[in-house]
Amino acid sequence: MATTDPKLIEPAEISVREALSDGAKRWILHLQEYSLLSARAVSNLFSTPYYVSDILEQMDIIGVGSLPIVLLTGFFIGAVMVLQTAAQFERFGQTALTADIVSLALVRELGPSITGLLVTGRNASGMASELGSMVVTEQVDAMRAMGTDPIRKLVTPRVVATVLMLPLLTAMADFLGLIGGYLVALFTLRLDSVLYWTRAIDILDFSDLMQGLTKPLVYGFILATVGCYQGLTVKGGTQGVGRATTHAVVTASVFILITDFFLTKLMLYLAGHVF
Amino acid sequence: MSASAASEPILSLKDISIAFDKGNVLDGLSFSIAPQETKILIGESGSGKTLILKLAAGLIQPDSGSVLMLGHDLCCMREKELLAFRRNIGFVFQEGALFDSLTVADNVAYCLREEHVDEVEIEPRVRESLRFVEMEDTLEKFPSELSGGMRRRVSIARALVTRPDVVLYDSPTAGLDPVTSQTIITLILRLRDTQGVTSLMATHRLQDAFGLANYRFDGQSGRVVHIPQNGASTGASAATTFVVLRDGKNYFEGSPAELADSRDEYLRRFLL
Repeated sequence: MATTDPKLIEPAEISVREALSDGAKRWILHLQEYSLLSARAVSNLFSTPYYVSDILEQMDIIGVGSLPIVLLTGFFIGAVMVLQTAAQFERFGQTALTADIVSLALVRELGPSITGLLVTGRNASGMASELGSMVVTEQVDAMRAMGTDPIRKLVTPRVVATVLMLPLLTAMADFLGLIGGYLVALFTLRLDSVLYWTRAIDILDFSDLMQGLTKPLVYGFILATVGCYQGLTVKGGTQGVGRATTHAVVTASVFILITDFFLTKLMLYLAGHVF
Repeated sequence: MSASAASEPILSLKDISIAFDKGNVLDGLSFSIAPQETKILIGESGSGKTLILKLAAGLIQPDSGSVLMLGHDLCCMREKELLAFRRNIGFVFQEGALFDSLTVADNVAYCLREEHVDEVEIEPRVRESLRFVEMEDTLEKFPSELSGGMRRRVSIARALVTRPDVVLYDSPTAGLDPVTSQTIITLILRLRDTQGVTSLMATHRLQDAFGLANYRFDGQSGRVVHIPQNGASTGASAATTFVVLRDGKNYFEGSPAELADSRDEYLRRFLL
Protein backbone atom coordinates (compact mmCIF):
# COMPACT_ATOMS: atom_id res chain seq x y z
CA MET A 1 0.00 0.00 0.00
CA ALA A 2 1.14 3.48 -0.76
CA THR A 3 0.73 4.62 2.84
CA THR A 4 3.30 2.07 4.03
CA ASP A 5 5.87 3.28 1.55
CA PRO A 6 8.79 4.38 3.75
CA LYS A 7 9.60 7.24 1.34
CA LEU A 8 6.23 8.85 2.06
CA ILE A 9 6.51 8.78 5.84
CA GLU A 10 10.20 9.60 6.07
CA PRO A 11 10.54 13.05 7.65
CA ALA A 12 12.53 15.72 5.86
CA GLU A 13 16.04 15.85 7.25
CA ILE A 14 16.77 19.09 9.02
CA SER A 15 19.36 19.58 11.73
CA VAL A 16 18.64 21.33 15.03
CA ARG A 17 21.25 23.91 14.12
CA GLU A 18 19.53 24.69 10.82
CA ALA A 19 16.14 24.95 12.50
CA LEU A 20 17.49 27.34 15.15
CA SER A 21 19.33 29.36 12.54
CA ASP A 22 16.18 29.68 10.36
CA GLY A 23 14.10 30.66 13.39
CA ALA A 24 16.61 33.31 14.44
CA LYS A 25 16.77 34.71 10.90
CA ARG A 26 12.96 34.91 10.70
CA TRP A 27 12.80 36.63 14.09
CA ILE A 28 15.45 39.17 13.11
CA LEU A 29 13.67 39.80 9.81
CA HIS A 30 10.39 40.49 11.65
CA LEU A 31 12.17 42.82 14.04
CA GLN A 32 13.82 44.65 11.14
CA GLU A 33 10.54 45.02 9.23
CA TYR A 34 8.69 46.12 12.35
CA SER A 35 11.38 48.71 13.12
CA LEU A 36 11.26 50.04 9.55
CA LEU A 37 7.47 50.29 9.62
CA SER A 38 7.57 52.12 12.96
CA ALA A 39 10.29 54.49 11.74
CA ARG A 40 8.35 55.27 8.55
CA ALA A 41 5.12 55.80 10.52
CA VAL A 42 6.94 58.40 12.64
CA SER A 43 8.91 60.01 9.81
CA ASN A 44 5.65 60.61 7.90
CA LEU A 45 4.78 63.17 10.60
CA PHE A 46 7.48 65.45 9.23
CA SER A 47 6.28 65.63 5.63
CA THR A 48 3.02 66.17 3.73
CA PRO A 49 0.37 64.99 2.98
CA TYR A 50 -1.33 64.60 6.34
CA TYR A 51 -4.53 62.61 6.60
CA VAL A 52 -6.15 64.69 9.35
CA SER A 53 -9.67 63.31 8.80
CA ASP A 54 -8.30 59.75 9.15
CA ILE A 55 -6.57 60.74 12.42
CA LEU A 56 -9.83 62.22 13.77
CA GLU A 57 -11.78 59.14 12.68
CA GLN A 58 -9.29 56.86 14.43
CA MET A 59 -9.35 59.06 17.55
CA ASP A 60 -13.10 58.56 17.64
CA ILE A 61 -12.83 54.78 17.14
CA ILE A 62 -9.99 54.31 19.63
CA GLY A 63 -10.78 57.04 22.17
CA VAL A 64 -14.54 57.35 22.28
CA GLY A 65 -15.09 53.71 21.32
CA SER A 66 -12.91 52.38 24.14
CA LEU A 67 -14.26 54.78 26.78
CA PRO A 68 -17.10 52.57 28.18
CA ILE A 69 -14.92 49.49 28.80
CA VAL A 70 -12.05 51.57 30.17
CA LEU A 71 -14.31 53.48 32.58
CA LEU A 72 -16.10 50.34 33.75
CA THR A 73 -12.87 48.44 34.28
CA GLY A 74 -11.19 51.39 36.01
CA PHE A 75 -14.12 51.76 38.40
CA PHE A 76 -14.08 48.13 39.49
CA ILE A 77 -10.27 47.94 39.72
CA GLY A 78 -10.37 50.86 42.19
CA ALA A 79 -13.24 49.28 44.09
CA VAL A 80 -11.57 45.89 44.41
CA MET A 81 -8.27 47.50 45.44
CA VAL A 82 -10.00 49.06 48.45
CA LEU A 83 -11.66 45.76 49.34
CA GLN A 84 -8.35 43.90 49.20
CA THR A 85 -6.19 46.47 51.02
CA ALA A 86 -8.74 47.51 53.64
CA ALA A 87 -8.66 44.05 55.25
CA GLN A 88 -4.88 44.36 55.75
CA PHE A 89 -4.94 47.95 57.03
CA GLU A 90 -7.82 47.23 59.41
CA ARG A 91 -5.43 44.97 61.38
CA PHE A 92 -3.35 48.04 62.23
CA GLY A 93 -6.28 50.45 62.47
CA GLN A 94 -4.99 52.39 59.47
CA THR A 95 -7.89 52.12 57.01
CA ALA A 96 -7.30 55.70 55.89
CA LEU A 97 -4.17 54.46 54.13
CA THR A 98 -6.35 52.64 51.57
CA ALA A 99 -6.81 55.98 49.78
CA ASP A 100 -3.01 56.35 49.49
CA ILE A 101 -2.59 52.85 48.15
CA VAL A 102 -5.44 53.03 45.64
CA SER A 103 -4.28 56.39 44.37
CA LEU A 104 -0.62 55.41 43.98
CA ALA A 105 -1.30 52.00 42.48
CA LEU A 106 -3.84 53.34 40.00
CA VAL A 107 -1.93 56.38 38.83
CA ARG A 108 1.52 54.79 38.66
CA GLU A 109 0.78 51.29 37.53
CA LEU A 110 -2.71 49.82 37.20
CA GLY A 111 -4.32 52.67 35.28
CA PRO A 112 -1.75 52.75 32.44
CA SER A 113 -1.24 48.98 32.27
CA ILE A 114 -4.88 47.92 32.45
CA THR A 115 -5.92 50.62 29.96
CA GLY A 116 -3.05 49.65 27.64
CA LEU A 117 -4.02 45.99 27.76
CA LEU A 118 -7.73 46.71 27.28
CA VAL A 119 -7.12 48.96 24.28
CA THR A 120 -4.72 46.33 22.92
CA GLY A 121 -7.46 43.71 23.11
CA ARG A 122 -9.95 46.01 21.48
CA ASN A 123 -7.94 48.04 18.98
CA ALA A 124 -4.67 46.25 18.17
CA SER A 125 -6.80 43.27 17.16
CA GLY A 126 -9.10 45.57 15.20
CA MET A 127 -6.18 47.16 13.36
CA ALA A 128 -4.65 43.79 12.52
CA SER A 129 -7.91 42.35 11.21
CA GLU A 130 -8.92 45.50 9.29
CA LEU A 131 -5.55 46.00 7.60
CA GLY A 132 -5.16 42.24 7.12
CA SER A 133 -8.50 42.07 5.31
CA MET A 134 -7.42 45.00 3.15
CA VAL A 135 -4.20 43.16 2.24
CA VAL A 136 -6.07 39.93 1.42
CA THR A 137 -8.62 41.74 -0.79
CA GLU A 138 -5.82 43.70 -2.54
CA GLN A 139 -7.10 47.04 -1.24
CA VAL A 140 -3.62 47.92 0.02
CA ASP A 141 -2.15 47.15 -3.42
CA ALA A 142 -4.95 49.20 -5.00
CA MET A 143 -4.02 52.08 -2.71
CA ARG A 144 -0.37 51.87 -3.82
CA ALA A 145 -1.45 51.53 -7.45
CA MET A 146 -3.36 54.81 -7.10
CA GLY A 147 -0.31 56.59 -5.72
CA THR A 148 -1.08 56.51 -1.99
CA ASP A 149 1.48 55.41 0.58
CA PRO A 150 -0.41 52.87 2.74
CA ILE A 151 1.84 53.56 5.74
CA ARG A 152 1.04 57.26 5.57
CA LYS A 153 -2.67 56.67 5.00
CA LEU A 154 -3.30 53.67 7.27
CA VAL A 155 -0.52 53.34 9.86
CA THR A 156 0.44 56.91 10.81
CA PRO A 157 -3.14 58.03 11.62
CA ARG A 158 -3.66 54.95 13.83
CA VAL A 159 -0.36 55.49 15.65
CA VAL A 160 -1.00 59.21 16.20
CA ALA A 161 -4.59 58.63 17.34
CA THR A 162 -3.62 55.86 19.79
CA VAL A 163 -0.69 57.81 21.24
CA LEU A 164 -2.94 60.83 21.79
CA MET A 165 -5.93 58.92 23.11
CA LEU A 166 -4.34 56.41 25.49
CA PRO A 167 -3.12 58.99 28.08
CA LEU A 168 -6.60 60.55 28.11
CA LEU A 169 -8.24 57.15 28.53
CA THR A 170 -5.76 56.35 31.31
CA ALA A 171 -6.57 59.58 33.12
CA MET A 172 -10.27 58.72 32.90
CA ALA A 173 -9.62 55.19 34.15
CA ASP A 174 -7.58 56.56 37.08
CA PHE A 175 -10.34 58.96 38.02
CA LEU A 176 -13.09 56.34 37.82
CA GLY A 177 -10.87 53.96 39.82
CA LEU A 178 -10.57 56.56 42.57
CA ILE A 179 -14.35 57.01 42.55
CA GLY A 180 -14.86 53.22 42.72
CA GLY A 181 -12.42 53.05 45.64
CA TYR A 182 -14.12 56.00 47.33
CA LEU A 183 -17.58 54.43 47.14
CA VAL A 184 -16.35 51.15 48.62
CA ALA A 185 -14.40 53.02 51.31
CA LEU A 186 -17.48 55.11 52.11
CA PHE A 187 -20.01 52.29 52.33
CA THR A 188 -17.90 49.45 53.77
CA LEU A 189 -15.19 51.20 55.81
CA ARG A 190 -17.27 54.31 56.66
CA LEU A 191 -14.21 56.37 55.70
CA ASP A 192 -14.70 60.11 55.71
CA SER A 193 -15.04 61.58 52.20
CA VAL A 194 -12.76 64.54 52.83
CA LEU A 195 -10.14 62.28 54.40
CA TYR A 196 -10.24 59.86 51.45
CA TRP A 197 -9.89 62.51 48.73
CA THR A 198 -7.32 64.56 50.65
CA ARG A 199 -5.09 61.53 51.20
CA ALA A 200 -5.63 60.24 47.64
CA ILE A 201 -4.56 63.57 46.14
CA ASP A 202 -1.83 64.54 48.61
CA ILE A 203 0.06 61.27 48.23
CA LEU A 204 0.62 61.96 44.51
CA ASP A 205 3.81 63.73 43.43
CA PHE A 206 4.53 65.30 40.07
CA SER A 207 6.74 62.29 39.31
CA ASP A 208 3.77 59.94 39.84
CA LEU A 209 1.68 61.84 37.32
CA MET A 210 4.63 61.89 34.91
CA GLN A 211 5.00 58.15 35.29
CA GLY A 212 1.27 57.54 34.89
CA LEU A 213 0.93 59.65 31.77
CA THR A 214 4.24 58.81 30.06
CA LYS A 215 3.63 55.07 30.08
CA PRO A 216 0.42 55.28 27.99
CA LEU A 217 2.28 57.25 25.31
CA VAL A 218 4.72 54.37 24.91
CA TYR A 219 2.02 51.70 25.22
CA GLY A 220 -0.09 53.47 22.58
CA PHE A 221 2.83 53.49 20.18
CA ILE A 222 3.53 49.79 20.81
CA LEU A 223 -0.04 48.56 20.41
CA ALA A 224 -0.73 50.60 17.28
CA THR A 225 2.51 49.70 15.49
CA VAL A 226 2.27 46.01 16.42
CA GLY A 227 -1.40 45.86 15.31
CA CYS A 228 -0.64 47.58 12.00
CA TYR A 229 2.50 45.50 11.39
CA GLN A 230 0.64 42.24 11.95
CA GLY A 231 -2.16 43.44 9.63
CA LEU A 232 0.10 44.57 6.80
CA THR A 233 2.17 41.37 6.84
CA VAL A 234 -0.78 38.98 6.62
CA LYS A 235 -0.15 35.88 4.55
CA GLY A 236 -2.49 33.03 3.72
CA GLY A 237 -5.92 34.59 3.11
CA THR A 238 -8.65 34.83 5.72
CA GLN A 239 -6.98 32.22 7.93
CA GLY A 240 -3.93 34.47 8.00
CA VAL A 241 -6.09 37.40 9.14
CA GLY A 242 -7.22 35.36 12.16
CA ARG A 243 -3.62 34.44 12.98
CA ALA A 244 -2.48 38.05 12.63
CA THR A 245 -5.24 39.23 14.99
CA THR A 246 -4.17 36.75 17.68
CA HIS A 247 -0.48 37.57 17.20
CA ALA A 248 -1.21 41.30 17.44
CA VAL A 249 -2.92 40.98 20.82
CA VAL A 250 -0.39 38.53 22.27
CA THR A 251 2.70 40.37 20.99
CA ALA A 252 1.49 43.84 21.96
CA SER A 253 0.40 42.66 25.43
CA VAL A 254 3.74 40.98 26.10
CA PHE A 255 5.66 44.01 24.77
CA ILE A 256 3.61 46.32 26.99
CA LEU A 257 4.23 44.27 30.14
CA ILE A 258 7.97 43.96 29.44
CA THR A 259 8.23 47.67 28.62
CA ASP A 260 6.33 48.44 31.83
CA PHE A 261 9.14 46.97 33.94
CA PHE A 262 11.88 48.99 32.23
CA LEU A 263 9.80 52.18 32.11
CA THR A 264 9.01 51.88 35.83
CA LYS A 265 12.69 51.40 36.58
CA LEU A 266 13.57 54.45 34.46
CA MET A 267 10.80 56.59 35.93
CA LEU A 268 11.75 55.72 39.50
CA TYR A 269 15.35 56.62 38.71
CA LEU A 270 14.27 59.93 37.16
CA ALA A 271 11.95 60.61 40.11
CA GLY A 272 14.91 60.27 42.47
CA HIS A 273 17.36 62.29 40.37
CA VAL A 274 15.45 64.74 38.17
CA PHE A 275 11.93 65.51 39.40
CA MET B 1 4.48 63.33 -30.09
CA SER B 2 7.62 62.83 -32.18
CA ALA B 3 8.00 59.87 -34.51
CA SER B 4 10.64 58.27 -32.30
CA ALA B 5 8.57 58.78 -29.17
CA ALA B 6 5.53 57.29 -30.86
CA SER B 7 7.44 54.16 -31.81
CA GLU B 8 8.89 53.67 -28.32
CA PRO B 9 7.15 50.91 -26.42
CA ILE B 10 4.78 51.91 -23.61
CA LEU B 11 5.98 48.97 -21.55
CA SER B 12 9.11 46.93 -21.96
CA LEU B 13 10.09 44.01 -19.74
CA LYS B 14 13.63 42.77 -20.31
CA ASP B 15 14.96 39.48 -18.97
CA ILE B 16 12.79 39.57 -15.85
CA SER B 17 13.41 36.96 -13.17
CA ILE B 18 11.74 36.72 -9.81
CA ALA B 19 11.77 33.90 -7.28
CA PHE B 20 9.83 33.15 -4.12
CA ASP B 21 10.18 30.43 -1.49
CA LYS B 22 8.98 27.75 -3.89
CA GLY B 23 11.38 28.67 -6.71
CA ASN B 24 11.45 30.85 -9.82
CA VAL B 25 8.08 32.19 -10.93
CA LEU B 26 9.46 34.28 -13.78
CA ASP B 27 12.72 33.27 -15.37
CA GLY B 28 14.12 35.55 -18.09
CA LEU B 29 10.77 36.89 -19.34
CA SER B 30 10.86 39.61 -21.99
CA PHE B 31 8.19 41.36 -24.04
CA SER B 32 7.05 44.86 -24.88
CA ILE B 33 3.83 46.72 -25.66
CA ALA B 34 3.57 49.39 -28.34
CA PRO B 35 1.35 52.47 -27.92
CA GLN B 36 -2.36 51.60 -28.27
CA GLU B 37 -1.56 47.91 -28.39
CA THR B 38 -3.55 45.36 -26.41
CA LYS B 39 -1.38 42.60 -25.00
CA ILE B 40 -3.08 39.56 -23.52
CA LEU B 41 -1.25 37.37 -21.02
CA ILE B 42 -2.41 33.77 -20.97
CA GLY B 43 -1.18 31.10 -18.63
CA GLU B 44 -2.16 28.52 -16.09
CA SER B 45 -2.87 29.47 -12.48
CA GLY B 46 0.38 30.37 -10.73
CA SER B 47 2.21 31.06 -14.00
CA GLY B 48 2.92 34.65 -12.92
CA LYS B 49 0.28 36.67 -14.80
CA THR B 50 -0.67 38.84 -11.83
CA LEU B 51 2.99 39.15 -10.93
CA ILE B 52 3.74 40.64 -14.37
CA LEU B 53 0.97 43.22 -13.94
CA LYS B 54 2.32 44.16 -10.51
CA LEU B 55 5.84 44.43 -11.95
CA ALA B 56 4.50 46.66 -14.72
CA ALA B 57 2.92 48.95 -12.12
CA GLY B 58 6.07 48.94 -9.97
CA LEU B 59 4.19 47.34 -7.07
CA ILE B 60 6.95 44.75 -6.78
CA GLN B 61 10.55 44.73 -7.99
CA PRO B 62 12.13 41.89 -9.98
CA ASP B 63 15.20 40.03 -8.71
CA SER B 64 16.87 40.81 -12.04
CA GLY B 65 16.01 42.46 -15.35
CA SER B 66 14.46 45.82 -16.10
CA VAL B 67 10.93 47.21 -16.37
CA LEU B 68 10.52 50.29 -18.56
CA MET B 69 7.07 51.86 -18.33
CA LEU B 70 6.19 55.11 -20.13
CA GLY B 71 9.91 55.82 -20.50
CA HIS B 72 10.75 55.30 -16.81
CA ASP B 73 12.96 52.53 -15.48
CA LEU B 74 10.82 51.37 -12.55
CA CYS B 75 13.67 49.36 -11.03
CA CYS B 76 15.68 52.54 -10.42
CA MET B 77 12.86 54.53 -8.84
CA ARG B 78 12.30 55.04 -5.13
CA GLU B 79 8.89 54.20 -3.62
CA LYS B 80 8.04 57.90 -3.26
CA GLU B 81 8.71 58.49 -6.97
CA LEU B 82 6.80 55.35 -7.88
CA LEU B 83 3.74 56.50 -5.92
CA ALA B 84 3.54 59.67 -8.01
CA PHE B 85 4.31 57.79 -11.22
CA ARG B 86 1.58 55.16 -10.72
CA ARG B 87 -1.09 57.84 -11.15
CA ASN B 88 -0.42 57.56 -14.90
CA ILE B 89 -1.50 53.92 -14.83
CA GLY B 90 -4.94 52.39 -14.36
CA PHE B 91 -5.07 49.06 -12.55
CA VAL B 92 -8.18 46.87 -12.48
CA PHE B 93 -7.74 44.22 -9.79
CA GLN B 94 -9.17 40.72 -10.03
CA GLU B 95 -11.89 41.19 -7.41
CA GLY B 96 -12.18 44.94 -7.94
CA ALA B 97 -10.31 45.84 -4.71
CA LEU B 98 -12.78 48.63 -3.95
CA PHE B 99 -12.43 50.28 -0.54
CA ASP B 100 -15.15 48.77 1.68
CA SER B 101 -15.55 51.85 3.84
CA LEU B 102 -16.13 54.25 0.92
CA THR B 103 -19.18 54.69 -1.31
CA VAL B 104 -18.94 54.02 -5.04
CA ALA B 105 -18.62 57.77 -5.71
CA ASP B 106 -15.83 58.13 -3.13
CA ASN B 107 -14.04 55.07 -4.50
CA VAL B 108 -14.02 56.53 -8.00
CA ALA B 109 -13.11 59.99 -6.70
CA TYR B 110 -10.31 58.63 -4.50
CA CYS B 111 -7.49 59.23 -6.96
CA LEU B 112 -8.73 62.71 -7.85
CA ARG B 113 -8.88 63.71 -4.17
CA GLU B 114 -5.35 62.39 -3.67
CA GLU B 115 -4.25 64.66 -6.52
CA HIS B 116 -6.08 67.57 -4.84
CA VAL B 117 -8.35 68.12 -7.85
CA ASP B 118 -10.96 70.82 -7.18
CA GLU B 119 -14.15 69.34 -5.65
CA VAL B 120 -16.19 71.19 -8.29
CA GLU B 121 -14.37 69.25 -10.99
CA ILE B 122 -14.48 65.90 -9.18
CA GLU B 123 -18.24 65.31 -9.27
CA PRO B 124 -18.70 65.58 -13.07
CA ARG B 125 -15.61 63.43 -13.68
CA VAL B 126 -16.87 60.74 -11.31
CA ARG B 127 -20.28 60.79 -13.01
CA GLU B 128 -18.63 60.64 -16.44
CA SER B 129 -16.58 57.58 -15.45
CA LEU B 130 -19.54 55.83 -13.88
CA ARG B 131 -21.70 56.66 -16.90
CA PHE B 132 -19.06 55.05 -19.11
CA VAL B 133 -19.49 51.77 -17.21
CA GLU B 134 -23.28 52.31 -16.93
CA MET B 135 -23.20 52.52 -13.15
CA GLU B 136 -24.24 56.12 -12.60
CA ASP B 137 -27.19 55.09 -10.42
CA THR B 138 -24.94 53.50 -7.77
CA LEU B 139 -23.14 56.66 -6.65
CA GLU B 140 -24.13 56.43 -2.99
CA LYS B 141 -24.00 52.65 -2.64
CA PHE B 142 -21.25 50.79 -0.79
CA PRO B 143 -19.25 48.00 -2.48
CA SER B 144 -20.92 45.42 -0.22
CA GLU B 145 -24.27 46.30 -1.85
CA LEU B 146 -22.97 45.53 -5.36
CA SER B 147 -22.71 42.24 -7.25
CA GLY B 148 -19.32 40.89 -8.40
CA GLY B 149 -19.81 42.20 -11.94
CA MET B 150 -20.90 45.63 -10.72
CA ARG B 151 -17.81 45.85 -8.51
CA ARG B 152 -15.58 45.12 -11.53
CA ARG B 153 -17.36 47.83 -13.52
CA VAL B 154 -16.85 50.36 -10.71
CA SER B 155 -13.21 49.24 -10.56
CA ILE B 156 -12.88 50.02 -14.28
CA ALA B 157 -14.51 53.42 -13.69
CA ARG B 158 -12.01 54.08 -10.88
CA ALA B 159 -9.10 53.09 -13.12
CA LEU B 160 -10.11 55.39 -15.98
CA VAL B 161 -11.16 58.47 -13.98
CA THR B 162 -7.60 59.84 -14.14
CA ARG B 163 -7.52 59.24 -17.92
CA PRO B 164 -4.46 56.98 -17.78
CA ASP B 165 -2.22 56.20 -20.76
CA VAL B 166 -2.21 52.51 -19.97
CA VAL B 167 -4.61 50.21 -18.13
CA LEU B 168 -3.63 46.87 -16.54
CA TYR B 169 -6.43 44.32 -16.14
CA ASP B 170 -5.97 41.39 -13.78
CA SER B 171 -8.40 38.63 -14.84
CA PRO B 172 -11.31 41.10 -15.05
CA THR B 173 -13.85 38.39 -15.88
CA ALA B 174 -12.69 35.70 -13.44
CA GLY B 175 -15.59 34.14 -11.55
CA LEU B 176 -18.29 36.01 -13.49
CA ASP B 177 -21.17 34.55 -15.48
CA PRO B 178 -20.89 34.68 -19.32
CA VAL B 179 -23.30 37.60 -19.72
CA THR B 180 -21.51 39.77 -17.13
CA SER B 181 -18.14 38.75 -18.58
CA GLN B 182 -19.34 39.94 -21.99
CA THR B 183 -20.34 43.28 -20.46
CA ILE B 184 -16.87 43.70 -18.96
CA ILE B 185 -15.16 42.80 -22.26
CA THR B 186 -17.39 45.29 -24.10
CA LEU B 187 -16.29 47.99 -21.65
CA ILE B 188 -12.63 47.14 -22.24
CA LEU B 189 -13.22 47.25 -26.02
CA ARG B 190 -14.97 50.60 -25.67
CA LEU B 191 -12.18 52.06 -23.57
CA ARG B 192 -9.57 50.80 -26.04
CA ASP B 193 -11.33 51.85 -29.25
CA THR B 194 -12.79 55.19 -28.17
CA GLN B 195 -9.95 56.48 -26.02
CA GLY B 196 -6.97 54.66 -27.53
CA VAL B 197 -5.80 53.30 -24.19
CA THR B 198 -2.91 50.81 -24.21
CA SER B 199 -3.93 47.65 -22.37
CA LEU B 200 -2.25 44.69 -20.72
CA MET B 201 -4.73 42.03 -19.68
CA ALA B 202 -4.08 38.84 -17.76
CA THR B 203 -6.67 36.14 -18.25
CA HIS B 204 -7.11 32.40 -18.46
CA ARG B 205 -10.37 32.73 -20.43
CA LEU B 206 -9.41 32.46 -24.06
CA GLN B 207 -12.89 33.45 -25.27
CA ASP B 208 -12.36 36.88 -23.66
CA ALA B 209 -8.95 37.19 -25.27
CA PHE B 210 -10.30 36.35 -28.73
CA GLY B 211 -13.24 38.68 -28.07
CA LEU B 212 -10.78 41.54 -27.72
CA ALA B 213 -8.86 40.43 -30.79
CA ASN B 214 -11.84 39.80 -33.11
CA TYR B 215 -14.20 42.63 -32.20
CA ARG B 216 -14.04 46.38 -32.03
CA PHE B 217 -16.29 49.05 -30.59
CA ASP B 218 -17.90 51.26 -33.20
CA GLY B 219 -18.22 54.70 -31.65
CA GLN B 220 -20.74 55.91 -34.25
CA SER B 221 -23.28 53.12 -33.86
CA GLY B 222 -22.38 52.49 -30.22
CA ARG B 223 -22.13 48.75 -30.91
CA VAL B 224 -19.54 46.05 -30.85
CA VAL B 225 -18.78 44.89 -34.38
CA HIS B 226 -16.86 41.91 -35.70
CA ILE B 227 -13.55 42.57 -37.42
CA PRO B 228 -13.65 40.71 -40.75
CA GLN B 229 -10.88 38.10 -40.95
CA ASN B 230 -9.38 39.58 -44.11
CA GLY B 231 -10.81 43.01 -43.55
CA ALA B 232 -8.79 46.13 -43.01
CA SER B 233 -8.87 46.56 -39.27
CA THR B 234 -7.21 49.66 -38.02
CA GLY B 235 -6.06 51.27 -34.80
CA ALA B 236 -5.98 49.56 -31.46
CA SER B 237 -8.27 46.72 -32.48
CA ALA B 238 -5.71 45.69 -35.10
CA ALA B 239 -2.89 45.50 -32.55
CA THR B 240 -3.94 42.73 -30.24
CA THR B 241 -1.22 40.23 -29.46
CA PHE B 242 -0.96 37.27 -27.13
CA VAL B 243 1.76 36.15 -24.74
CA VAL B 244 1.47 32.60 -23.42
CA LEU B 245 3.47 31.93 -20.25
CA ARG B 246 5.13 28.64 -19.40
CA ASP B 247 7.79 27.90 -16.78
CA GLY B 248 8.34 31.60 -16.16
CA LYS B 249 9.06 32.43 -19.79
CA ASN B 250 6.99 33.69 -22.71
CA TYR B 251 6.41 30.39 -24.46
CA PHE B 252 4.53 32.04 -27.30
CA GLU B 253 4.20 35.61 -28.50
CA GLY B 254 2.18 36.45 -31.57
CA SER B 255 -1.11 37.38 -33.17
CA PRO B 256 -4.45 35.72 -32.46
CA ALA B 257 -4.33 34.05 -35.90
CA GLU B 258 -0.87 32.58 -35.20
CA LEU B 259 -2.09 31.22 -31.87
CA ALA B 260 -5.26 29.77 -33.42
CA ASP B 261 -3.26 28.09 -36.20
CA SER B 262 -0.57 26.72 -33.92
CA ARG B 263 -0.03 22.96 -33.84
CA ASP B 264 1.95 23.12 -30.60
CA GLU B 265 0.58 20.65 -28.08
CA TYR B 266 0.87 23.02 -25.08
CA LEU B 267 -0.85 25.88 -26.92
CA ARG B 268 -3.60 23.58 -28.19
CA ARG B 269 -4.52 22.88 -24.55
CA PHE B 270 -5.64 26.50 -24.21
CA LEU B 271 -7.58 26.41 -27.47
CA LEU B 272 -9.65 23.32 -26.70
